Amino acid sequence: MNIPYTVEERPDTGLTNGKLGIWLFLASEVMLFGALFSTYIILRMGAPEWPHGELNVTLGAINTVILISSSVTMVMAWASLKMNDFGKHRLFLAATLVLSAVFLVNKYFEYADHFARGEGPAHSTFLAIYFTLTGLHGLHILGGMIVMAYFLGPGAGLWKKNPEQFANRIEVTGLYWHFVDLVWIFLFPVLYLL
Amino acid sequence: MPSDPAEVKKAVRTYMMVGAALFVFTAITVAANRLHLAVPLAITVALIIATMKGSMVAGVFMHLSHERKWIYGALLLTVVLFAALMCLPSFTMMDGIGTPAPAVGVAAENVGH
Repeated sequence: MNIPYTVEERPDTGLTNGKLGIWLFLASEVMLFGALFSTYIILRMGAPEWPHGELNVTLGAINTVILISSSVTMVMAWASLKMNDFGKHRLFLAATLVLSAVFLVNKYFEYADHFARGEGPAHSTFLAIYFTLTGLHGLHILGGMIVMAYFLGPGAGLWKKNPEQFANRIEVTGLYWHFVDLVWIFLFPVLYLL
Repeated sequence: MPSDPAEVKKAVRTYMMVGAALFVFTAITVAANRLHLAVPLAITVALIIATMKGSMVAGVFMHLSHERKWIYGALLLTVVLFAALMCLPSFTMMDGIGTPAPAVGVAAENVGH
């Protein structure tokens, strides 16, 4: 039996099931990160002093530029499919995957530098919330990379069988990826600059 | 959300412009940090810029500016609950739990003076 409404829209919602599903998932993600942001505020308000300049702002800014670039390449990967250019789609999706890998490599160097100085999550309240927020965000990046690698590899075959369904899958992946970018847009000033 | 190839082609230009605007806003955020503003002002400036950037990502890249009412409905509920979460820290400051009450003897002594 085929899963209904993967290509055509449901008459009652006007949406494909995949699209409504990803938005409900993203709503739950907003609450997950929201709880951690709220925790950050409570910890910061209760702390007698809050450290400044502990993080490498240049590296954080570079990672922001990388994630914004990856959002542009992701939306272009979807747009290329809509314009029937599968070759360009693969190029943009591969670029998104590479950019996300570069983001994680930068994060690795940042983490390694902290641990080399003995600054783990147990070192201070600030570092505890820093590692929690960026670690959870990093896991989301990794999850997105796995999905993108799937669509570059075994999942790409769907384009020949059902191009519209494939384009919808890439759109849903893109929505997730832009959300991950959106979270970082707030994490960067909150953790690195304030 | 654009659906036919001609519309998508037009939208590509918008995606590029929004991408460029996001880079500019990132540069402004970092530059504002170098001004060493007072903490409340720095927080306000950084969060205003982040909200503008977030709105551009959500509105254009996530096509939220042209979506169906079901998605707006789900997100409206999320915004309300998210706002409640952000208010939680101020509730913790308003209650008196953990505030030591003055000892009865000390209070009576103060009245005598």
